[in-house]
Amino acid sequence: MTPDRETFHAALVERHGAERQAKFDAARVAVCGLGGLGSNIAVALARAGIGRLHLVDFDRVEASNLNRQQYAAAQVGLPKAEALRDNIAAINPYCEVRAETVRVAAGNIAALFADDDIVCEAFDQAEEKAMLVSGVMEAFPGKPVVAASGMAGLASANSITTRRVSRRLYVCGDGVADVADGLGLYGARVLACAAHQATMVLRLVAGMEEP
Amino acid sequence: MLKINGEETDAAGRTVAEHIASAGFNPSRVVVELNGQIVPKAAYADTVLKDGDNVEIVCFMGGG
Repeated sequence: MTPDRETFHAALVERHGAERQAKFDAARVAVCGLGGLGSNIAVALARAGIGRLHLVDFDRVEASNLNRQQYAAAQVGLPKAEALRDNIAAINPYCEVRAETVRVAAGNIAALFADDDIVCEAFDQAEEKAMLVSGVMEAFPGKPVVAASGMAGLASANSITTRRVSRRLYVCGDGVADVADGLGLYGARVLACAAHQATMVLRLVAGMEEP
Repeated sequence: MLKINGEETDAAGRTVAEHIASAGFNPSRVVVELNGQIVPKAAYADTVLKDGDNVEIVCFMGGG
């Protein structure tokens, strides 16, 4: 039985406190790329009761995603943004989700992210990561960006950190492991990086700027 | 002297593009901030580093 909105919200307030939960309720967060990082970030934020999530990915769910991404086997073939919207609706039906199946490019960044308070970079290609982070920072002075670099392979999860590069740019990861080196991607370690990103988002929403 | 990723470097007079190339970074994988401001990708070749600058270069690794 799904709890009604009031019961659901009261349970979040019980865990997070009324003042902090009010900030989570009002937050608008974009998650760009809905793979191993983004799908896990989005689920963590939905569970925390972030009010509005903006999910962006051009791709569809593949069998090779299931080792680390928040999709069910039966969702292979569906657009990721739609599949994740459905999965989040099952976890927190009161989270307002805007799901967009679109390829992000330098030319559409300003239009795509105008309404979001914080942007999470969760792509897998290094060039796409740099394009998104640079583009968001050019288009929106002051908008925090929480990005990821280095989570491939099976090195210690303890090497994954959150680094504040500058006033509004945070980069999570080990900074060195590249999937192109044939290290593979393991759900648990990608999840550790996603957890760093989601935690930094929650800290920013709560008013804390240090990692 | 100027600071690049926290280290004192004698790179004054070079452009951002020249420094990226000499450091061995792939320019399409980096994000560059100069004195707290993002350097647009289109401006790498025209942005000249000078003494006292504070530069942060993030070179992204793939995977996600």
